[in-house]
Amino acid sequence: MDLNFTAKDLAFRKEVIDFLEEELPKDVATLVKADIAVSKEDTEFWHMTLHKRGWLTYSWPAAFGGADWDPVQQFIFEKECAAAGAPRILPFGLKMLAPVLMAFGSKEQQDHWLPRMCDGSDWWCQGYSEPGSGSDLASLKTTAVKDGDDYVINGQKTWTTLGQHANMIFCLVRTDATCKPQAGISFILVDLATQGIDMRSIRTLDGGHEVNEVFFTDVRVPSSNLVGEENMGWTYAKYLLAHERNGIANVGISNQKLSRLKRLSLTQKRSGKPLAEDPLFAVRLARLEIELRNLETTNLRVLDGFAKGAGPESSMLKIIGSELEQNFDDLTRRALGRHAQAHTPEVFEPGYNGPQVAPKNMANQSAAYFNKRKVSIYGGSNEIQKNIITKMILEL
Amino acid sequence: MDFQPTEERRMVADMIAKFVQNDYPMKVRLDAGATDLGYSPSAYMQMAELGLIGAMFDEDIGGFGGAGFDIATLFTELGKGLVNEPLSDTALASGFILAKTGHLGLVEQIISGKKRVALALIENGADYDWTMPETLAELLDGAWQLTGSKTSVKFFYGVDAVIVSARTSTSDGISLFLINASATGMTQHQFQTVDGGSACDIELNCASAILLGLEGCSYETLDAAAARSTLAICAEALGIMDSIKSMTVDYLRTRQQFGTVLGKFQALQHRTAQMLLEIEQAKSAVTNAAKDLDAPTDERNRAISAAKYSIGRIGCYVAEEAIQLHGGIGMTWEYDLGHFAKRLVMIDHEWGDQDHHLMRYAQS
Repeated sequence: MDLNFTAKDLAFRKEVIDFLEEELPKDVATLVKADIAVSKEDTEFWHMTLHKRGWLTYSWPAAFGGADWDPVQQFIFEKECAAAGAPRILPFGLKMLAPVLMAFGSKEQQDHWLPRMCDGSDWWCQGYSEPGSGSDLASLKTTAVKDGDDYVINGQKTWTTLGQHANMIFCLVRTDATCKPQAGISFILVDLATQGIDMRSIRTLDGGHEVNEVFFTDVRVPSSNLVGEENMGWTYAKYLLAHERNGIANVGISNQKLSRLKRLSLTQKRSGKPLAEDPLFAVRLARLEIELRNLETTNLRVLDGFAKGAGPESSMLKIIGSELEQNFDDLTRRALGRHAQAHTPEVFEPGYNGPQVAPKNMANQSAAYFNKRKVSIYGGSNEIQKNIITKMILEL
Repeated sequence: MDFQPTEERRMVADMIAKFVQNDYPMKVRLDAGATDLGYSPSAYMQMAELGLIGAMFDEDIGGFGGAGFDIATLFTELGKGLVNEPLSDTALASGFILAKTGHLGLVEQIISGKKRVALALIENGADYDWTMPETLAELLDGAWQLTGSKTSVKFFYGVDAVIVSARTSTSDGISLFLINASATGMTQHQFQTVDGGSACDIELNCASAILLGLEGCSYETLDAAAARSTLAICAEALGIMDSIKSMTVDYLRTRQQFGTVLGKFQALQHRTAQMLLEIEQAKSAVTNAAKDLDAPTDERNRAISAAKYSIGRIGCYVAEEAIQLHGGIGMTWEYDLGHFAKRLVMIDHEWGDQDHHLMRYAQS
């Protein structure tokens, strides 16, 4: 056993750090590190910057133009990007749809859709959840009925993240209602400009607009947009889940939050003394740091195991990673003391020169704390992840 | 022993419940919360007319309550309805201080809802610890002038006056001063709070002020006022948790997944049961604090710290757990739960958080 990074890993790490130093705009990094939502323009700019370097598709295999990095390199890349405050690479196209197309899509679909993800032609969003189908995703009711060369879609999707920026949506739809629910689902690609689609925003408890609901009324989609075989959509969606393991623990983001919190604890004061000297705070911080060090190794152990064959361990990483990220936001909020109440995102508006209440990078922190309650709910709630562990690992 | 509220207190609680049901839909709260004032002046006046402010003060000073259980009953009921009007912020503590220092005329106007007086204690660098103000008061030609900064003064916007804590050039003990809102030398920066309300940072530059009580001798008055306000927000949190529990249980009873209601899943049943146990413990902590509100200082402060610690710990847990048990719907602005959860978590940031009170209890 050798738990150290190799010389090659370290050289790679330096290459990533140098790239970020040179290419990541400082003002964008400032917003990301302050938990301010990244604009469409900044996201597209960052995607393009990575694309030029050939790193946007870092998680893809070489056969499809990926960087062909091993899991440890991917881990290093994600960690350094988060540490530098790089915008998140949007997962919907590049990390969720792309692996499904590579495994189950036709050659035509691969040739058409994959390059468009890279050059920014398409912004994908996800149409999985429905108002009546959250944790119980397989109960979804949105129907797709074959009519000539088209499918006609009717129903409603919800929690569609950043759908307001998207031009394409990949959906799970019901193509057979006569069998067991999982067996009648298909995976289909829909152009959001098609007639009959209505996207409405959902305001979240922090006041933000990140998610949407999408209504489909007699939406005609060419049958060439069906991915793989009809009624095999559930299998494709599960495949996706098992392959979405790098990055799922959000170790990079938690590390960035740890450094930010340590710096904050030196400048925040209680009774005239730095918060870092408060024994109760110090213990809370120590607990989280220990959890994070443990998770880093758990993550690497799972990646190592994945190289030898897939398993359901991503559920484990999702639970621990999401709760740890939430705990960092929780402790950051606590560190702000009385200023946690101030909700002053206006300090980030261009030209703002008024006074600040909390430290500038903390002006949106309490809203971010409430917003991040989502991470243990989305992508299969932590309760669903525990069901998977119970069934697949414990075999109970 | 009798744990039942008296007839009078039950009537106050019923009155608030009716007010919330008939006149205080969530929209009123949210719309008013986004204004500079941060609350609805008409709702505030309506509550004053119902006698709710009077219920926070004893008969000697023009009220008709003022005991620990009066305050606890009142604020628990306000919490259930997520009432945002600043009864504790600009009436309870300031009214108590003004009464103790002989300004009964102003107290009367506070009780009738005609005037509001904010309390400015918090300074950067000391945060929850209000015992060591850096704001300096100087006596010039027989008049007091204050210089310094105060932060996070809730619902300061639109008040008639503000009570400010300071030290003087001749005493390190705490002195309290009353400053008229229109006084020269006082500037404000108003901002929104994440739980839907308004607060201000204040800068004082030779602002003229009136001394309340004796120079350097206001620690005990302030400590007693802090105890009353802390009890009030603990009770408010209890009411909020009560509403959150009802919302969560209702949701588990009706939301269908996997062919049945969520409430049939044992994993969720046990988590909800745990939430219930914790809320009962919080209720006992508030009961203890209400009982000891007028006990000797050490005893009172231990009960207050025990309650604030319990409410802080349990409140954050209940807020997070309830959102998780709801799933996506709990994350939306449209559904009331999130607004209750935000206020509940923010209560941990007022009058000292759970760590602050745990330490104060341990050291007492």
